[in-house]
Amino acid sequence: MRAMPTRRTFLELAGGAALAGTVPVVTIRPLQATPAMLNAAIRNVVGEAPVRAGKVTLDIPPLVENGNTVPMTVRVASPMTEKDYVKSIHVFNEKNPQPNVGNFYIGPMAGRAQVSARIRLADTQKVVAIARLSDDTFWSASADVIVTLAACTEEVN
Amino acid sequence: MASALINVPKKAKRGDVIEIKTLMSHIMESGFRHTSAGDLVPRDIITSFVCRYNGAEIFRADLFPAIAANPFISFFTVAKDSGKFEFEWIGDNGFAETASAAITVE
Repeated sequence: MRAMPTRRTFLELAGGAALAGTVPVVTIRPLQATPAMLNAAIRNVVGEAPVRAGKVTLDIPPLVENGNTVPMTVRVASPMTEKDYVKSIHVFNEKNPQPNVGNFYIGPMAGRAQVSARIRLADTQKVVAIARLSDDTFWSASADVIVTLAACTEEVN
Repeated sequence: MASALINVPKKAKRGDVIEIKTLMSHIMESGFRHTSAGDLVPRDIITSFVCRYNGAEIFRADLFPAIAANPFISFFTVAKDSGKFEFEWIGDNGFAETASAAITVE
């Protein structure tokens, strides 16, 4: 006998879907989904070169109470040898008044391609990290961050 | 008076990858905030940070208003020789600060 969808199974399914919907807060999206300002800032750095997803890990809390100081770490999978290393790491945001967050220039002497900083987020938005490798290819990762208290644009008392 | 906090291991084995943590006290006024009277508060941020290891540049950063106040930056390097790390922060309104830290590499 085939199981018919009862009210109970329906509720279980709906509950499961709602639960699943809350889990992947940090998602990887293709770059073309980004708004114009963010895209322009990225093109300013990478030029016409294609940006591929991968190699880069962006560690940032998915839910932030205070957008004034958000810890962020960018890691790039790289052997960091004289021939194969990361040249620079660039971090961008989607909805602050300005799309740039920081540019970090490293090299083979870094030993490990990892940079941490504390950043400001003015709104719930996407953060994008892009790494430039020694062969001039660009790799990226992005993360969605929910911000409850915004930074940057509040009134000064 | 601005002040810096630097965390560099005092000793390391040759070839070790070491972490360098830096913090510079600075308001990092974004230039996007208004007073209650509606006046724009002018931008006052650190715009660049450099770290040199025995004179050679090992790390450089361009900072934007989206960097939090009292910029904390951490990064890595390979311990090659004993010597000195020099740090330099440059910003708006003539802001310029330096700091240094010594390391013994065995």
